[in-house]
Amino acid sequence: MTDELDDLKRALKAAPPAPDSATKAAALARAMAAFDAHAETLTETSRQGSTDDPRPMSDRPQRAGFPTGVREMLSKLTSRPMLAATASVAAICVGVVITQPGIWQRPGVEDGGRTPTAEQPQSIQSAADAAEPQVAPAPTDDRVRQTAVTATDAPAVEVEVPLATPQAPIELAQEESAIVAEGEMAVDAQVDGLARMAKSAEAAPSDMTAYLEVAPVGNALSDDAAPSREPNTETFSNDTPNPVKIVAEEPVSTFSTDVDTASWAVVRSSVTSGYLPPPEAVRVEEMVNYFPYSYPSPDAEGAPFRTTVSLFETPWNKDTQLLRIGLQGRLPAVEDRPALDLVFLIDTSGSMEDANKLPLLIQSFKLMLGQLRPEDRVAIVTYAGSAGLVLEPTAAKDRAKIEAALGRLSAGGSTAGAEGLELAYQTADSMEGEGRVKRILLATDGDFNVGVSDPEGLEAYVAKKRAGGTYLSVLGFGRGNLDDATMQSLAQNGNGTASYIDTLTEAQKVLVDQLTGALFPIADDVKVQVEFNPAAVAEYRLIGYETRALAREDFNNDKVDAGEIGAGLQVTALYEVTPVGSPARLSDPLRYGAPPELSGDIAELGFLKLRYKEPGQTVSKLIEQPIPPTPGEADEDARFAAAIAGMGQLLSEPKYLGDWGWDEAIALASGAKGTDPYGYRAEAVQVMRLAKSLAR
Amino acid sequence: MNVMLMDTSDETLAQAAAMGDRDAFAVLLGRHYDRIFGLAFRLTGQRAEAEDLTQDICLALPAKLESYRRSARFTTWLYRVTVNAAHDRRRRAATRAKAGDGWGDWEIARQATMAEAAEAQDWLAAAMQSLTPELRDTVALTLGEELSQADAAEVLGVSEGTVAWRMSEVKKRLRAMARAEGML
Repeated sequence: MTDELDDLKRALKAAPPAPDSATKAAALARAMAAFDAHAETLTETSRQGSTDDPRPMSDRPQRAGFPTGVREMLSKLTSRPMLAATASVAAICVGVVITQPGIWQRPGVEDGGRTPTAEQPQSIQSAADAAEPQVAPAPTDDRVRQTAVTATDAPAVEVEVPLATPQAPIELAQEESAIVAEGEMAVDAQVDGLARMAKSAEAAPSDMTAYLEVAPVGNALSDDAAPSREPNTETFSNDTPNPVKIVAEEPVSTFSTDVDTASWAVVRSSVTSGYLPPPEAVRVEEMVNYFPYSYPSPDAEGAPFRTTVSLFETPWNKDTQLLRIGLQGRLPAVEDRPALDLVFLIDTSGSMEDANKLPLLIQSFKLMLGQLRPEDRVAIVTYAGSAGLVLEPTAAKDRAKIEAALGRLSAGGSTAGAEGLELAYQTADSMEGEGRVKRILLATDGDFNVGVSDPEGLEAYVAKKRAGGTYLSVLGFGRGNLDDATMQSLAQNGNGTASYIDTLTEAQKVLVDQLTGALFPIADDVKVQVEFNPAAVAEYRLIGYETRALAREDFNNDKVDAGEIGAGLQVTALYEVTPVGSPARLSDPLRYGAPPELSGDIAELGFLKLRYKEPGQTVSKLIEQPIPPTPGEADEDARFAAAIAGMGQLLSEPKYLGDWGWDEAIALASGAKGTDPYGYRAEAVQVMRLAKSLAR
Repeated sequence: MNVMLMDTSDETLAQAAAMGDRDAFAVLLGRHYDRIFGLAFRLTGQRAEAEDLTQDICLALPAKLESYRRSARFTTWLYRVTVNAAHDRRRRAATRAKAGDGWGDWEIARQATMAEAAEAQDWLAAAMQSLTPELRDTVALTLGEELSQADAAEVLGVSEGTVAWRMSEVKKRLRAMARAEGML
């Protein structure tokens, strides 16, 4: 370990050649000339100052335009916020361009969308306003706004973002960006999800004109800017996509539900940063499940969720059908929800310093505090940087105290905080109370050095603790070090969800809009088993759920863990099925095998079975229903889910899609946006468009 | 040149130079040219780049010195100026071409007197290339210039914890590199 650093040190010490004496002499001579020239301007400026300007000048007449104090303060700022700030300035423009088509489609907008009447332009305006008073030389700001307006003229325009005057001294340019950093979070919040483009600009020059060509984005990014090119330590987990199964050989398909949404957020963050996600980062079911669907709600009595089954033509193959299984969890009256005991387990390692990590995390948790009720309790444990219990269990009504504790968090430190996770469980255990729901929210950028170094050991530990009734959810922040595999596995073992939070908008979705669902399970260990009727179906393929596959015999085994369904949440699963006699059948019937016994009734496509446990129970309950074989008209939800499933396959394994490509996916999704109250589907279409450009 | 100045501290010289003392500036620059060049080389990995960068800094120093405050050690301040200038140059180059990517184009033509030395340099180039610019800067300061983690943190404008984290990250990557080469 140290050897390598020693080697590097030795090599580095030896690396620089002796300076060339002629070059040195020339440089020194030119420096002296520069010194003289500088001294001259100094005298001149001060002379002018004393005659022309009645007010006393600052000690540095040359820079009299800049407040000294601010300058000094900012000179201490790190380069990261500066870069991030640059990025957010760029993001303002990009955000406008990308959201533009949405504005166009809005009826009643005059001037072809030029006037900022819709809410989007307003937020841009306010974002710009937020930055304005602090930015010393106004041009930057004005030009940003100006660009934003011209950008609305043509969506595919090359946007020039002059971030600062190129001739300005380095320091000044950096100061400007640093000043904007103050308003960064606000900007991020307002420029909507697409401000994630910001990340791509991390390598963009702060003192030069940055070119962000919006379509196609990929071309615009220099090689250095594309995050995929940087050596990073991200790991993703996914198995190879499910193959087509032949019903005669394997009629039963079993899997666990999955309400995670992390994969969609990772895909979106990659695409908006200008590169396609690695195929293993794409988990189709998580992408599909990211979006809310309006399935019928369950009855007040009976099972905590209701199953909706529908069959419709596959968009990418007219000879096959998509079988959609939708589960809608019951949403108990909010006032009836049990009190919550939350332990925030927060990674404060040095890598969390980035603006999109710890600061975003703190903002996100503050958002969530507003959703808590007075009797809920919150404790904060940190690990990696400063280990320990930062906030004793505190009633949520004492919001100021919790916010103050969050505000004190700072990143730094590198090594094991040892008992992080153990301490979190201990704290959760100490918060005993009748009928309360205990949950640990682990927030990290990928450093799972929580005290148990072996990943197996960590998962086993979490699984053991799950029996104690404490749930564990994982929130991922930032890119570059994201350990998606461990996130997944911890959340699965901890009966929680894994979410990836890249913007405040995403935090709003995960921690505010869907807080109830994320924190209150209504059914544990939900397993799905489908038996296909060989008389009706020749082949089938489960789209996604690779990491959730269960063995056939595990379905009835209550010891085998499976996914949870949160209050009010939906789970969607899609099968592509090939009916008997369809020309789309991929496999030939066997010549020597016994012909399958067609004992099934063709009136049924298959038989659906679900098992679930009431939260806290150990014995599962069974729900059964036949699946009708007649395909129907696909509703908006079905079409949208199919479009997302198609997108996931385009990004991972498109071999079953034939000629169906991005254009078809975009058209299908655009036509199935429905009411889309939160704008998730509109955003998805934008992400698809970007992905299409990048995939070229 | 004023002989007395040769014993004067960097900090005093810097202040005098900022006030317009030409001799003080000359002494100061003469004293630190090699240091700037050394760091510039460690940051860029190319002689020509390092020379250009050093000259840029020399030319900018008269104006920059105005912002020097006695509270900071001069060398720390100078390192920061150098690192910032290197950043700046790198970013500018990144928009032009890939040429600015430090250590990306190790001068193979550099005459190595011994084969072993050449090998060591190739290893160094490979190692530095495997690091991100941030990690490279950190390594150049802590290992190349032998700054403490606290001083390096001050130069880079990040917290000490971040420097510690970066160094552990460097270790991780070097180990990965060694593993890839079959050395572990």
